[in-house]
Amino acid sequence: MRTGGGFSLLRWFGIIAKEFIQLRRDRLTFGMIIGVPVIQLILFGYAINTDPKRLPTAVIAADAGPYSRSLIAALQNSGYFEITRQIASAAEGEALLAHGTVQFVITVPEGFERRLVRGERPVLLVEADATDPSAANNAIAAVSQLAQLALARELRGSLQELAPSAPPVDLRVHRRYNPEGVSAYNIVPGLLGTILTMTMVMMTGLAVTRERERGTFEQLLATPALPIEVMTGKIIPYILIGLIQVSLILGCALLLFDVPLQGSVLLLYACIVLFIAANLSLGITFSSIARNQLQALQMTIFFFLPSILLSGFMFPFRGMPDWAQWIGSLLPLTHFLVLVRGIMLKGNGIAELWPQVWPILAFLISVTLVGLRFYRRTLD
Amino acid sequence: MVAAARVSAATGPATDFAIDVRNLNKHFGSKHVVKDFSLQVAPGEIYGFLGPNGSGKTTSIRMLCGLLRPDSGSGTCLGHDVLRETAAIKREVGYMTQRFSLWDDLTIRENLDFIARMYGVRERRREVTRSLEALGLAARADQLAGTLSGGWKQRLSLAACTLHQPRLLLLDEPTAGVDPKARREFWAELHQLAARGISVLVSTHYMDEAERCHRLAYLAYGRLLATGTPEEVRRARPLATWSVSGQGVQRLQEPLRTAPGVDQVTPFGNTLHITGTDAAALEAAIAPWRAQPDLIWVRTEADLEDVFIHLMDGTEPPP
Ligand SMILES: Nc1ncnc2c1ncn2[C@@H]1O[C@H](COP(=O)(O)OP(=O)(O)OP(=O)(O)O)[C@@H](O)[C@H]1O
Ligand SMILES: [Mg+2]
Repeated sequence: MRTGGGFSLLRWFGIIAKEFIQLRRDRLTFGMIIGVPVIQLILFGYAINTDPKRLPTAVIAADAGPYSRSLIAALQNSGYFEITRQIASAAEGEALLAHGTVQFVITVPEGFERRLVRGERPVLLVEADATDPSAANNAIAAVSQLAQLALARELRGSLQELAPSAPPVDLRVHRRYNPEGVSAYNIVPGLLGTILTMTMVMMTGLAVTRERERGTFEQLLATPALPIEVMTGKIIPYILIGLIQVSLILGCALLLFDVPLQGSVLLLYACIVLFIAANLSLGITFSSIARNQLQALQMTIFFFLPSILLSGFMFPFRGMPDWAQWIGSLLPLTHFLVLVRGIMLKGNGIAELWPQVWPILAFLISVTLVGLRFYRRTLD
Repeated sequence: MVAAARVSAATGPATDFAIDVRNLNKHFGSKHVVKDFSLQVAPGEIYGFLGPNGSGKTTSIRMLCGLLRPDSGSGTCLGHDVLRETAAIKREVGYMTQRFSLWDDLTIRENLDFIARMYGVRERRREVTRSLEALGLAARADQLAGTLSGGWKQRLSLAACTLHQPRLLLLDEPTAGVDPKARREFWAELHQLAARGISVLVSTHYMDEAERCHRLAYLAYGRLLATGTPEEVRRARPLATWSVSGQGVQRLQEPLRTAPGVDQVTPFGNTLHITGTDAAALEAAIAPWRAQPDLIWVRTEADLEDVFIHLMDGTEPPP
């Protein structure tokens, strides 16, 4: 029998093995681990992949010359726009957008053709209802190409010299209601972060309270196992689970939805492990404080809501009031989103990531300390 | 206290006792659950721990093995301080909880294996297998513990708390729900362990088990009311007891219960036990029925149960 009072690897492995066995037998939890990311992927993945066509569009054609007509025809032919109305005033367009009757209002200004012919790059205004940015993005991208192509055809001949180089029109896109134009790519980091936050905090939150509710905590406390061994021993299996979830999401994002991955995969996973650890430590801490599983669940939701709302996942971070930004900057998810976007979309390296890494580290350490402080060594 | 207090650490220089605690107190909120609890258990001694429900037995045991922190008091368990050296106590004590607290979703073998790992048992696999065979559960080792019957769960718990060969066993109602044969085997094993010098503190509600202990402690409303050998505990109360048997003995119950000098009337099938502190008054009370031809009256010894019930009736629950 060992007599030392320090950390014991043997006990630690024992706790990890026990957690794995129990997890394997807990079909519901196991199903959730795989099911939650898959279902969310299907739901959000649809949003990522969506390329909606025939979007209702109103046209204000203040110039009725052949160029404008052919431009409008080309828009219609692209399949993205369904010209449902020809209207006269900007105010009318405003009202239609506000009601959601149309998704776009395209304005061909007066003198469009004249200025085009003179090579003055007239303005073509596209106002989009960008509340659902993923719905509008492809259509907007189509406009700029179409304007160029359609007009290039018309401009051939006498006006050929105008065709090449700079686009013949000045396309102005006003994204209404969502100025940052959150891109569909943001959904993958967001999905990673929210799924990990929810499942990691919740599952570990339940892990210790479950022992307490079933009465097995007394058995665990009666053994020489140290709090740090129990806490970390319970965390390890969930780190692996988190990595499985991440790989599921990333795999689908890369293969099915063509989300780019500019930076290092290794670095991405390193950041993810850090983020997972931060969430797990919070879950364990919750379960040390909570008296039962219900309380642990309530705490999880209490943490989950601000994480979703104030992290920049739901609303643009810079658009929030100062106090909300301040709260948001305490949450690991806020920094995680920046990290993942940075690595996936910008190809950032460690140097650029550090400003986001240390707040997560600080969160991890302080929460673990609180957890150890509250971990009950007795049944009092 | 019934028995003369034995010399302990508080008075002597060193303690040989496996458990030696003085004046332990425990409150839950404003409730004073254990009051000035003192106990000395010698090596190789089986110490019975009795008392009505809610009297504080489980709470006392938990304080001894470091699961609850006493509010005041002092003492040692296997030579380790009960307040400061709980880690050392946990390593050397085998504690069996009142409620089954092994993992329902682990198999029998996995449970034992886990416990063995927690205590760093040497030659773990062999020890676990040996323990399974001793239990008679080798064939069912891969069954989930949660699917065992209540009695088998108790036996598994006992196996689990003896795996690491502790020098002191704290058993909280280990035989609750266990069948008579298994109970007898269990007590035979306890006596074997005791013969090897292992101390046992065992709480129970069974009087036959109390009789099998070397010494007893009786707790009511958090206060120790009696300690000593079963014989000492029985003798310490001058209880007069009559037993009456025969046809229709039940009709005596009501009138006797209210008669002066009678403390308890307890039916056992066709026999009534009538107990009182004052032998003369008791005799006067039963006199009207003594002559009836179909009743057989015998003067007997008060048994432990009579004594305990008497003890309990004598203490009022705190307001
Ligand atoms: N964790 C707790 N919080 C509050 N009160 C408690 C707690 N544990 C026990 N008690 C109270 O302490 C008293 C003693 O309980 P304890 O479990 O020690 O009794 P017991 O002698 O073991 O009873 P039983 O024979 O029913 O097992 C009871 O009144 C109980 O309600
Ligand atoms: Mg009890």
